[in-house]
Amino acid sequence: MEFGYSKEHVLLRDLYKKFAETEIKPLAEELDEEERFPVESLSKLARFGFMGIPFPKEYGGAGGDYLTYAMAVEELGKVCATTSVIVSAHTSLCAGPIYMFGSDEQKQKYLVPLAKGEKLGAFGLTEPSAGTDSSMQQTTAKLDGDEYVLNGTKVFITNAGYADTYVIIAMTDKAKGNRGISAFIVEKDTPGFTIGNKERKMGIRGSATCELIFENCRIPKENILGKEGQGFKIAMQTLDGGRIGIASQALGIAEGAIEECVKYVMERKQFNRKIGQFQNTQFELADMAAKVESVKLLVYEAACEKDAHRPYTHLSAMAKYMAGSIASDVTRRCLQLFGGYGYTRDYPIERMMRDAKITEIYEGTSEVQKIVISSWLGLK
Amino acid sequence: MKIVVCIKQVPDTVEVKIDPKTGTLIRDGVPSIINHDDKTGIEAALSLKEKLGGTVTVVSMGPPQADIALREALAMGCDEAFLVSAREFGGSDTYATSGILAAALQKVGYDLIITGRQAIDGDTAQVGPQIAEKLHLPQVSYVEEIVDAGDSFVTVKRQFEDGYHIVKVKTPCLLTAIAELAEPRYMSVGGVFDAYKKEIKTIGFEDLKNLLELDMIGLKGSPTNVYKSFTKEMKGAGTVLNDLTPEQAVEAIVKKLEEKFII
Repeated sequence: MEFGYSKEHVLLRDLYKKFAETEIKPLAEELDEEERFPVESLSKLARFGFMGIPFPKEYGGAGGDYLTYAMAVEELGKVCATTSVIVSAHTSLCAGPIYMFGSDEQKQKYLVPLAKGEKLGAFGLTEPSAGTDSSMQQTTAKLDGDEYVLNGTKVFITNAGYADTYVIIAMTDKAKGNRGISAFIVEKDTPGFTIGNKERKMGIRGSATCELIFENCRIPKENILGKEGQGFKIAMQTLDGGRIGIASQALGIAEGAIEECVKYVMERKQFNRKIGQFQNTQFELADMAAKVESVKLLVYEAACEKDAHRPYTHLSAMAKYMAGSIASDVTRRCLQLFGGYGYTRDYPIERMMRDAKITEIYEGTSEVQKIVISSWLGLK
Repeated sequence: MKIVVCIKQVPDTVEVKIDPKTGTLIRDGVPSIINHDDKTGIEAALSLKEKLGGTVTVVSMGPPQADIALREALAMGCDEAFLVSAREFGGSDTYATSGILAAALQKVGYDLIITGRQAIDGDTAQVGPQIAEKLHLPQVSYVEEIVDAGDSFVTVKRQFEDGYHIVKVKTPCLLTAIAELAEPRYMSVGGVFDAYKKEIKTIGFEDLKNLLELDMIGLKGSPTNVYKSFTKEMKGAGTVLNDLTPEQAVEAIVKKLEEKFII
């Protein structure tokens, strides 16, 4: 076992921090206040190679490993959870399955522009009746000549409306249960495909979370990802990788909260001294910092095991479970240390606390992660 | 066009502290950065390459730690990098440094050389112009904008305190860059991986000794030597005189100087 960053990681961490501080942080409050999607950040992120980090250069990516990508999502998450999830959903949930399961033609046509950041990606699995019970797919895809016809509704889809490329999960053969589910690539503006309601959310308010509506939407049969019946497996493997992304986002939120809190408590004075000099403040922050560091190692371990092509499903579940939990806990406790001012929108901590909560829910709730871990433990 | 940019790795002086005992900079643990004016030079070079084609080579004279500055330059998009480093070169002042760099540049080859106007640790602004003199090249310093460029010339805007000149120069030539010239781009993620795949070639003493004035290099060969750096002691807040006209201000200052028997 080797602890240590490569030289590339060190230089990249420097890039990520500077970029996040200068280009992303100044927008965070406004995106949250206005529930605005950061269109202007996308072109900057694309220009500097943030939108295809873990994909090879031959597909327009940066040629990095998953750990490099996780670090980027983490550093973005420290300053803006919205921007962090936009990159994560695009990379892990859309470009990811096309990279893992796409044909050469599909990779050239779809993965390359996604990895270069010329196009934005999204992933549609969740439906009104299929959340944790994701195999309850009501969206159907029926083969008709040279086309599949999609009908159904997806809900809570990140990047919806701004994405150009969507990986959509749909039922092709209901009789086969999970083995009757397939995955498809659908382009925006395909006739019969519309964007529905945009959710008004507690946090990550700049992230576009909308319904997708398919009404006799016809797509070329070549747009099936993998083979018929592979869709559930594709979705589950996609989420395994995506969980590391969300775990990194949650880790970043927790780290960002601690940084802001340390700054505040070293300025705020009560009883004639900085509140950072009180033992309670110190012990609270020390406890949080130690827990965050331990979760960081778990997230990085999951990423490294994925890079090494060793089993990592249980690790990504553990990482997301722990990181989501720590993000909620740390942001809440940091807000408490901020006191009254922390409750106002003048400081970022209340936004971070609102942003943190979703990391315990999307891409598999904490309860789902515990099911995955229990299964790995052999508890059936 | 082969563009060569000279860069220096410097301590990030925003972060630096002064040792209270010796009055000198504490360099330990201070992050190192590419000198800002030099980074502007890199950006200008990369933009020129995007317009006209060609290559951008980056050169730095420094200890082995300067490697990371060169990697950053490569990650920004430079094509190749050279580290000019040797025990014999250590402790060089600006005269010695420019001699060594001029020799290195002769080895590397160039159509256009860009340096930063000055480094934030030395603040002399001497090395760029000295290199041009040693290489017998035309030079323009304080370049605020590259207005036009072609295979055999560059036209630049040269900044003065109260105005500017537009100067057309034949290449090869040397330009020194100021901050206004360009906003340096970030490294790209893919660029970082490329940067570490490339080899940074070291140019050492043996490579240059035939081109150098051997008694004018290193600490011993430097005609100047920084004896001490220190911050001035704050003696007190001083007296603040506000809301004076220029004439009243002059009167007040002259009165004070007379009071203190300075004049």
